[in-house]
Order: sequence, then structure tokens, then C-alpha cells
Amino acid sequence: MTMFAITMLAILITMLLALSRAALGPTVYDRILALNMFGTKTILLICVAGFLYGRPDWLDIALVYGLVNFTGTIAVCKYVRYGNLAGDEQRHNR
Amino acid sequence: MSTVFEICDYASWFCLMAGGLFCIIGGIGLLRLPDFYCRTHGATITDTLGAGLILLGLLFQSVHYLFDAQGNWQTDAWLIPVKLLFVGAFILCTSPTSGHALVKAAHADGVSWVQEGDDAVSE
Repeated sequence: MTMFAITMLAILITMLLALSRAALGPTVYDRILALNMFGTKTILLICVAGFLYGRPDWLDIALVYGLVNFTGTIAVCKYVRYGNLAGDEQRHNR
Repeated sequence: MSTVFEICDYASWFCLMAGGLFCIIGGIGLLRLPDFYCRTHGATITDTLGAGLILLGLLFQSVHYLFDAQGNWQTDAWLIPVKLLFVGAFILCTSPTSGHALVKAAHADGVSWVQEGDDAVSE
């Protein structure tokens, strides 16, 4: 079980680094990139935690997190680019 | 059967440690690289090598659920490696897509990049 604990520690360190980039990031795209990576690390963390606690059913939760993470990234990209989520007229605001 | 378990444990140790290492390397790259486009490289390296190796390590671990100590096949455990493969395939599909959309949005918005001769100190 030690290997799962060490892997979870490594993933948590990576999440901390991503969070600090999301806090520092000069542009909004740096923050989105860091949050996207944070979401991927969340998926991995749930997978490893499920094996650590001997309950691999948690992989279902990881799958749902993956879906939500991808949709969220694309939605935030579109929102930042066009200013709304409904249409696609070019209203530029950063 | 215990030999198979041992071999899978060693392979799993290697894959999980290498995956964790690649995750931390990608995190450091995300924090330290000079501009947004370089940081994309740092962030996406964790989605391929980091996530791939960690999921491969977990795939080796799922042998413990597939067989009991006598080597009998556990009939309802086949979903565990299948779900792991689904998670891996999903990450492999969505990570390049969202990275591409992000970089294209940033480029269309005019995010600048580090030129030669710039002071490439991370902000």
C-alpha cells in the first residue's frame, strides 16, 4: 500500500504547483491551463485513492470527473473568447 | 500464482513511481517555464506520461482483484481494468483537444511569447 501513498503524495505536490500557477498566472489562459491540469490530477488522485482504500468502484467517480473537467475547460475557453456561452459573435473582452 | 502477484507488484511500483515523477516534473514546468505556450508543454506532459504510467501501474495492481490467492478467476472483477482503460482512453482523447482549444484561444487573443533576447525569467 506504500506505493499508493507515495503516488498520492506526488500527485498532491503537482496539484499544489498547478494551484500556485493558477494564482500567479499573468493571463487568464494560464489560469485555465492550470485548472485543466488540476482536474486531470483529480481524476488520477481518485483512481489511486480507490486502490489505496481497496474500493476500486471509485473509478466511476473518476470517469465522471473526467467528463466534467473536459466540458468545463471548453466552456470556460468559449466564455473567455466570445464573452457569452450562447452565440458566437466576436465580442472581445479579456 | 504468488510469483505473478510479485512480478505485477514490482511492475506496478516502477510505473507508479515513474508516473509520479513525471507529474512533478510537469508541475515544475508549469510553474517555471517563461511564457504561456511553453507552460502548455509542461502541463500536457503530465497528461500523457504521468497519467499513462500511473494508470498502467494501477492496471498491474488490478491483478489482485482479478484472481484470488489460489489463482481462481473472480468473475465480477473484470470491470476494474476496463474502467481503468476507459479513464486512460478518455484522458488521451480530451487532453490534446482541450490543450489545442486553449492555445488557439490564447493565440487568437494575442498572447505574446518569449522572443530571442528577452529576459526569460519566470514571473
